[in-house]
Amino acid sequence: MHPVIPYVVAAGLFGIGCYGVLVRRNAVLLLMAVELMLNAVNLVFVTADTTVRAALPHSGQVFALFVIVLAAAEVGVGLAVVLQLYRLRRSVAVDEVPLDEGAGNSEDVEGALR
Amino acid sequence: MGIEPVDVLLAGLGAIALGAGVLVVSTRHIVRAGLWLVVALGATAGLYLVLSAELVAWVQVLLYVGAVVVLLLFAVMLTRAPIGASPDLDRPRWAGLLVGGGAGVGLAALLIDAYRWSRVPLPPGTGATEIGTEVFRTWVLPFEVLSVLLLAALIGAIVLSRPDIGAADTETGRREG
Repeated sequence: MHPVIPYVVAAGLFGIGCYGVLVRRNAVLLLMAVELMLNAVNLVFVTADTTVRAALPHSGQVFALFVIVLAAAEVGVGLAVVLQLYRLRRSVAVDEVPLDEGAGNSEDVEGALR
Repeated sequence: MGIEPVDVLLAGLGAIALGAGVLVVSTRHIVRAGLWLVVALGATAGLYLVLSAELVAWVQVLLYVGAVVVLLLFAVMLTRAPIGASPDLDRPRWAGLLVGGGAGVGLAALLIDAYRWSRVPLPPGTGATEIGTEVFRTWVLPFEVLSVLLLAALIGAIVLSRPDIGAADTETGRREG
């Protein structure tokens, strides 16, 4: 087995995920691109676990499992945030979210709530 | 220097994963992006199987393909995404191409330079027994912390998505009044 193949696949997946995070406007599609990046990291973990003789055996796979659980928690909270955003603004386009307003007391939010 | 069957499998599954990944970030249909994500994650699970990480592969199928993608599709449905093609899903692409392409090509060049065409014998498969031993012998504390984190994420998601609990002076509280 040549370890360079899965490593290059992981690098490509990470680049694709990076592109998706920067380019997509829909918050749900953004979460999907984040999943691609996390998946690339997992692939590096598992490949390193297979190829590198470490002092602690199988630490890479254990870390991959931890990252999978973290991704599940991240998507759960992310879904809640996206739904709250949709409830407030009727849109999940991330570049329409104003970053300079206070704790939700701008006229936009008031208008959306009425 | 020869090409082994394992390499062919790895390259094929990797090509499927990369192609599906490109479709995830480039398709104009939101639901189809979720379905292509299933293909990309499933191909990665196949890569794990070939790399003799059985348990991680099946956990990937269960948790990623099963739970995460279903959650994402729920999010797509609950935000009333349009069924057909949406023309305005993307920002201008040059920044993403620059950073994403730079990250991908840079990492790939680094890893190719580090590993060249070296060959590693494939270890015997590691099932649940070995991983379980390792988790509960060496990594017990992170495992327990992770269960606390899952509980915190669960409570956080409930608090975020229910407007009737939380501080009364936020906009969600006022919405009820």
